[in-house]
Amino acid sequence: MANDIRLALAKDLVSALEQGNEAAADTVLDEIAGLRETQLFQEIGRLTRQLHDSMSGFSLDKKITVMTENDIPDAKERLQYVITMTEQAADKTLTVVENLLPVSQELNDEVEHLSEKWGRFLDKEMPFEEFKNMSAEITNHFHGTKNSIQQVQQGLNEILMAQSFQDITGQVIKRVIDLVQNLETSMVGLISIAGGKKTGADFTNEPELPGPVVPGVDDKEVGDVATSQDDVDDLLSSLGF
Amino acid sequence: MKILVVDDFSTMRRIVKNLLRDLGFSNTVEADDGKTALPILEKGGIDFLVTDWNMPGMTGIDLLKAVRANPKLVDLPVLMVTAEAKKEQIVMAAQAGVNGYVIKPFTAATLKEKIEKIFERIEG
Repeated sequence: MANDIRLALAKDLVSALEQGNEAAADTVLDEIAGLRETQLFQEIGRLTRQLHDSMSGFSLDKKITVMTENDIPDAKERLQYVITMTEQAADKTLTVVENLLPVSQELNDEVEHLSEKWGRFLDKEMPFEEFKNMSAEITNHFHGTKNSIQQVQQGLNEILMAQSFQDITGQVIKRVIDLVQNLETSMVGLISIAGGKKTGADFTNEPELPGPVVPGVDDKEVGDVATSQDDVDDLLSSLGF
Repeated sequence: MKILVVDDFSTMRRIVKNLLRDLGFSNTVEADDGKTALPILEKGGIDFLVTDWNMPGMTGIDLLKAVRANPKLVDLPVLMVTAEAKKEQIVMAAQAGVNGYVIKPFTAATLKEKIEKIFERIEG
């Protein structure tokens, strides 16, 4: 297109010169110069735009740098915390179960032993001396059972509490998923910029609700977060609670 | 004594319910966020609210604000049990009128202590 115009103008210029028409030749020359300028401006415009896109690309790149430098190591520590918490919960549960199994076995053995005796007593096959011993045994059994059942109940409560890891780890994992999604978005943004299609979308790394405090990650800034219930209680009492 | 337990994680609701039963409060109802909790509260009959903070739909802090803004619920005791541990958040909850604040992970003893403290204050 631009070539056609230039060719036409060149032919006009040649014919004007051949005819000795100076004025016409000047007009054609002006036109050629004007065309040249327009093309130059267009090219400058294109370069400016490219520069702008590259600059936005750079700022997106910076976000990715921040993610690689801070958020990804953070995510690793968060996931490590998930492993620690789930391990602790499993450990605690297993320990309680291992402690309670012998308690339950002992109760079972005693009940079997006593019910065998009780059966002989009902069948009137038990001498009086043995009956007196059995009575004492039954009394002991009642005392022992009360203690054992208390142990079982305490253990069950411990197992119950150990399950609270699911809530905490769930929240931590959700946060890491958000990070991965952010990373994906900015990678897509970068690829689009490289393809010259669009500029990257903005995103924020810090969630609105920070959630569980992961030791070594969220407690780096001293005084910002409560790391224990005592911290919470102190803060609240300083507010007059 | 009827207690409403609000948390988006069902495991946590079950844990809190079981702990409450252990403390002698067996009459509990559950909701999974502020949006579902509010109609239950507005219907009346709830004496105590235990709520998480970070929940989809309606957060615990918004639920607390809604409760304090409702003349019928203004005096309802509210215990927040949450993983949110930023000091500014705790202050925000206190300013919104929370009666107790427990951070997760918590122990059975902590929950018991905070609940008893709240009741002491109400009775006293």
